[in-house]
Amino acid sequence: MADCTESKIDIRGTGVHLRRGGSGEPMLFLHGASGVAGWIPTFQALSESHDLMVPDHPTYGLSDEPEWLDSMDDLAMFYLDFLDQMDLEGVHLVGNSLGGWLAMEIAVRNCTRLKSLTLVGAAGIRIAGKPIADIFMMDPDDLVREIFVDQSYADNILNMELTEEQLDVQIRNRVATARLGWQPRLFNPNLRKWLHRITVPTHVIWGDTDKIVDPAYAAEFGRIIAGSEVTMIEEAGHLPHVEKSEPFVKAVSGFIQAKAA
Amino acid sequence: MFHLMPYAALDMEERDRHPSAWVTLPNSLYNPKIGHQLYNRYLDELELAAELGFDGVAVNEHHQNAYGLMPSPVVMASSLARRTENCKLAILGNAFALREHPLTLAEEHAMIDCITGGRLITGFVRGIGAEFYSLAANPTLSHERHVEAHDLIIRAWTETGPFAFEGKHYHFEYVNMWPRPYQDPHPPIWCPSLGSSETIEWAAHPDRKYVYAQNYSAFTNVCKFLDQYREVAETQYGYAASSDQIAWTAPVYVAETDEQAVAEATEHMETLFNKFLYLPFEKLFPSGYLSMQSYKRVAAHKKNIMGGAKMETLMETGVVIVGSPETVRRKIAECHEVLGFGTFVALLHFGTLPADMTEKNIRLFAEEVLPAIRPLSDREYRGFEPAPAVAK
Repeated sequence: MADCTESKIDIRGTGVHLRRGGSGEPMLFLHGASGVAGWIPTFQALSESHDLMVPDHPTYGLSDEPEWLDSMDDLAMFYLDFLDQMDLEGVHLVGNSLGGWLAMEIAVRNCTRLKSLTLVGAAGIRIAGKPIADIFMMDPDDLVREIFVDQSYADNILNMELTEEQLDVQIRNRVATARLGWQPRLFNPNLRKWLHRITVPTHVIWGDTDKIVDPAYAAEFGRIIAGSEVTMIEEAGHLPHVEKSEPFVKAVSGFIQAKAA
Repeated sequence: MFHLMPYAALDMEERDRHPSAWVTLPNSLYNPKIGHQLYNRYLDELELAAELGFDGVAVNEHHQNAYGLMPSPVVMASSLARRTENCKLAILGNAFALREHPLTLAEEHAMIDCITGGRLITGFVRGIGAEFYSLAANPTLSHERHVEAHDLIIRAWTETGPFAFEGKHYHFEYVNMWPRPYQDPHPPIWCPSLGSSETIEWAAHPDRKYVYAQNYSAFTNVCKFLDQYREVAETQYGYAASSDQIAWTAPVYVAETDEQAVAEATEHMETLFNKFLYLPFEKLFPSGYLSMQSYKRVAAHKKNIMGGAKMETLMETGVVIVGSPETVRRKIAECHEVLGFGTFVALLHFGTLPADMTEKNIRLFAEEVLPAIRPLSDREYRGFEPAPAVAK
């Protein structure tokens, strides 16, 4: 396992911690609010057919905390720099939760280096009367429980003894998410207006029991993004790629083979 | 005298069905007719304190809660402006940077200062964590917005306009405030805090020398933070802080005897801490509200701030001062000897304390305590000693 290399790369002066493994068409995975919990089985499986890159966003994890990062706009522009500097073509862009929001912000700005878009439990828009769970007000332990259907995942996380460094990363991740998504709560009121600019095949994947971003959002994205396809993962919460690795990988690969090969 | 103006008529059984008295406590529990009575009663209490010779009366700002019914302390200070004559009106404080337009608050403060002929004290606060939920403000930006709003307001008060303010968070093409404040260069500025190194260092800076007011804390922490102010002034900035720059706020209850004071105050004091003030950790310290270092410090003590305050402990640790006039005089004088604070801010109403007991408390404090503590000066202060003493 863990067939990935970890390194710090420099993108226009900002150090980004990058995990990279496998070969094939490039795939960029954008993590959500809680960051990256290592090279999980899903990453290993996806790297068997792709050149998979999993960075820590600036200010998250082990990446630098740049002065210039104030908003999701800045982060989206930064990833366009990332794609340019790495000179990646035909990228399969996958984003979970806050990373799904980020993936859309990138795609509405410029799709030319992208080949497909996969949104997993994505934030980024608001359905009136259906707010995303207030992850800032919730007790962090309760939040972990809400994220999973299978509570053994929550138990594992909550029983983990964290090192000082891991605790620091956890605090940094929470602060970074508050900076990007406190107000308005984890969405951009203008994003909906520009989703027609996504011109690559788009796959919307959702846990059928997502308690953080309600599955109604899957249907909404399916409706607004032209030509998109929705896949529900059974008995999965907000992180189907963690909780239901096999059906998740099958869904991702199946869509890419069918629509974006 | 300081007043929080809590919604004392709160149904405590209903209160206990909710995590706290803040942000999401349903306002169906608020009865406007009772609110009408409470506001007028509380204003009467502050007016009484002014009549009885207190140097100042103080109000503050909190939003969407039962702990303090003053989302706008400006409204209270305005009401008091024409009903008081000599005492200072202290807004401790207003959270300027919670606003998209902090200049409106600066205008209102200038108005009160002009109406009262310069009796206003302006408190600059960031706002406690809960406000960032209630007013939808980003806590990760609170420090930089606080500092920028301050710079904007000081310039608006002291520079003649029009001029353009070109900040990161605030951008105003035409700053040209009518009226300008009565006091020259501007009302005195206080920084009330629960103890933050960032606030102390900022307030003590030689360009500012603002009054630092430590809000209710165990006396060891009062010592720690007030001495930190003197320490920072001396070692970091190279000047000796004046005692006028240092203030301490504490709930006080005075009655005929020590026993009677404890018996009368206990229920109401414990209600203040356990029912009104208590906040879950995430509401008190939202992500990014504190620096990494401060956050880790408070997170390590997370279990200790989870409510369950007892009168006995509150008195032992010196968070509150309760007793006969003699005891209260002695305790304040002893604390002054150790810390040399130039101002003591007494919270003479707390929790559910009824009107008659509040009035008695104000009168006893004014008649029996105030004359003894008002003359305290640097003569009685033992001088700055870095190692804090423990309260008796």
